[in-house]
Amino acid sequence: MWRYAFRVDHPSSAARFLADSGRAHWHDQAVWWVRQKRDAAASLVPDWEALRDAAARIKAHTLSRLAGYLEEFERNALALGARVHWARDAAEHNAIVHGILAERGVTRLVKSKSMLTEECRLNPYLEARGIEVVDTDLGERIVQLAEEPPSHIVMPAIHRKKEEIGELFHVHLGTRRGVSDPALLTEAARHHLRAKLLAAGAGLTGVNFAVAELGALVVCTNEGNADLGASLPPLHIACMGVEKIVPRARDLPVFLRLLARSATGQPITTYTTHYFGPQPGGELHIVIVDNGRSAQLGDERLRRSLACIRCGACMNTCPVFRRSGGHSYGYTVPGPIGSILAPTRQPAHHATLPFASSLCGSCSDVCPVRIDLHHELLELRHALAEKRLVPLGKRLALRLAAFVLGWTGLYRLAGWLARRLVPRLPRSWVYGAWNAWGRQRELPPMPRASFRALYRRRPGGRA
Amino acid sequence: MAAREEILAALRRNAPAPAPAPDLAGLGADFPEPLAELERSVAAVGGQFLRVSDRGAVVLPPSKRVVSLVPGIGRSTVDLDDVTDPRALADLDLAVLPGELAVAENGAVWVEGRRLGQRAVFVIAEHLVLVVAAADVVSNLHQAYARLEGRRPGYGVFISGPSKTADIEQALVVGAQGARTCTVVVVG
Repeated sequence: MWRYAFRVDHPSSAARFLADSGRAHWHDQAVWWVRQKRDAAASLVPDWEALRDAAARIKAHTLSRLAGYLEEFERNALALGARVHWARDAAEHNAIVHGILAERGVTRLVKSKSMLTEECRLNPYLEARGIEVVDTDLGERIVQLAEEPPSHIVMPAIHRKKEEIGELFHVHLGTRRGVSDPALLTEAARHHLRAKLLAAGAGLTGVNFAVAELGALVVCTNEGNADLGASLPPLHIACMGVEKIVPRARDLPVFLRLLARSATGQPITTYTTHYFGPQPGGELHIVIVDNGRSAQLGDERLRRSLACIRCGACMNTCPVFRRSGGHSYGYTVPGPIGSILAPTRQPAHHATLPFASSLCGSCSDVCPVRIDLHHELLELRHALAEKRLVPLGKRLALRLAAFVLGWTGLYRLAGWLARRLVPRLPRSWVYGAWNAWGRQRELPPMPRASFRALYRRRPGGRA
Repeated sequence: MAAREEILAALRRNAPAPAPAPDLAGLGADFPEPLAELERSVAAVGGQFLRVSDRGAVVLPPSKRVVSLVPGIGRSTVDLDDVTDPRALADLDLAVLPGELAVAENGAVWVEGRRLGQRAVFVIAEHLVLVVAAADVVSNLHQAYARLEGRRPGYGVFISGPSKTADIEQALVVGAQGARTCTVVVVG
């Protein structure tokens, strides 16, 4: 069973990913292709920017009175016949889900995509208690069979080549060795998963939106596995973070118009399913999870990332994500948004992630709910430095730089020294272990004079 | 309910300053010809589009196990009233279902659970035909939700084209786990 047991060191895991440069390039192109599909879809929507504004403001409004809306949602969901459970953390969430299953003697669970249950590590918890858990989203099933975490929240197996998936299916699903055609593999998965769906005692889904005024849940998928899983067995468990609430039904079209276009370039997902309570004769259990979210709400600098609707657009556009792969982040949600969420929850464990960004701002530009991702990443760097969670060498270097930059005379002296000394130093000194920047790059040749001198010498110039 | 009270208290304690809900008026464009746009959208999401003047004009390929909930289109060989366990629908070839409305901007048809009998029927059938009246075609999703305001159908789903996936190397494969084909029939 996989787990992230170590402190995440993004630079080293990215370096391992980049060691196979062919694969790294392939990954970059595959993910960039999705970004281009997003661009094409967004450009066809004349009110795209107005939609982003509306989405951001609905989320800001909702977060400002989240408790009230959750109570309203609970009241309406109960009236529709659902059962509502509350979990403070991952352990409570897992115990609740297991309790529901155990009480009814369910030993086979089918799951559709749920990043929350990944976050809570539900699968290993249930498996250790004798429950068979089958992830039914194709990408999720691939990574489950490969015994690894998803590398992307929308395309969990984006890091896998079709030949590898063919081999995996040959071993686990009995397909012919060497078959790697996506259509054939998908067909094999269809039969395999249909059998699992028909045999299951319960289906678990995530939640994209929970509508307070209706008490209804909305789940957006393309394959149909969530609809099968929530309808074939009589027991449906839906797990949601507290931030999934939207106040009113008329808020839904704002998000639905943005979500699939931002995620994959589709105008809407194939199935946008609204569950108003359980199916006749069945049960619906809704598990509402905090797991650090209420604390994040209290942090003015970081609360805006609670508005995330998990479209993945920030990953697809991120030059660092595309060239380091989702696994290098060591967290359920990778990419720019994950680099905010992970260290917000566990600063010491994920301290390298806010630095896995060039701060180019492309993530903020594509975010459908206008999360100011690159500014939040910068804020997090400050916060981590204050907590001394930035490596000592970097801290000292930056302190020295700040000192030099703070004194004009010192700054001039440093420049004068560098211009004269650097060209004379042996290469092994200049490009020593301390110079991470110079590992793949050449320093520019030292100018003969400072900018200040050049400026003074310009025609008609004055100091 | 210690967890519930604790979570709600923490959310109240940490809530940011009140922010007003935005006015959503003005979002969503009107298409001059919603039906033409719907046809384009249905094709774009991998579905088939059919416009007929009356239901009798729809010819369906012969299928063994059929559920039709639309009078005049297809003939049911499976009576949903006899089905107590949705798993009995596992080898359903074709479902013909009524759509309450269709959305031009994304090719989605709204299907309501109270008219389905078994809510798995739309996703378990190999092939799907959704029938909508021409008068029930709206331009955008905002108009669709405005029409659905106040309804509590037990279960409702926007279906946009056939089931699909691109989870293997981004190659689009139609017919992932639900219906392999989806035909939208507009009547009138």
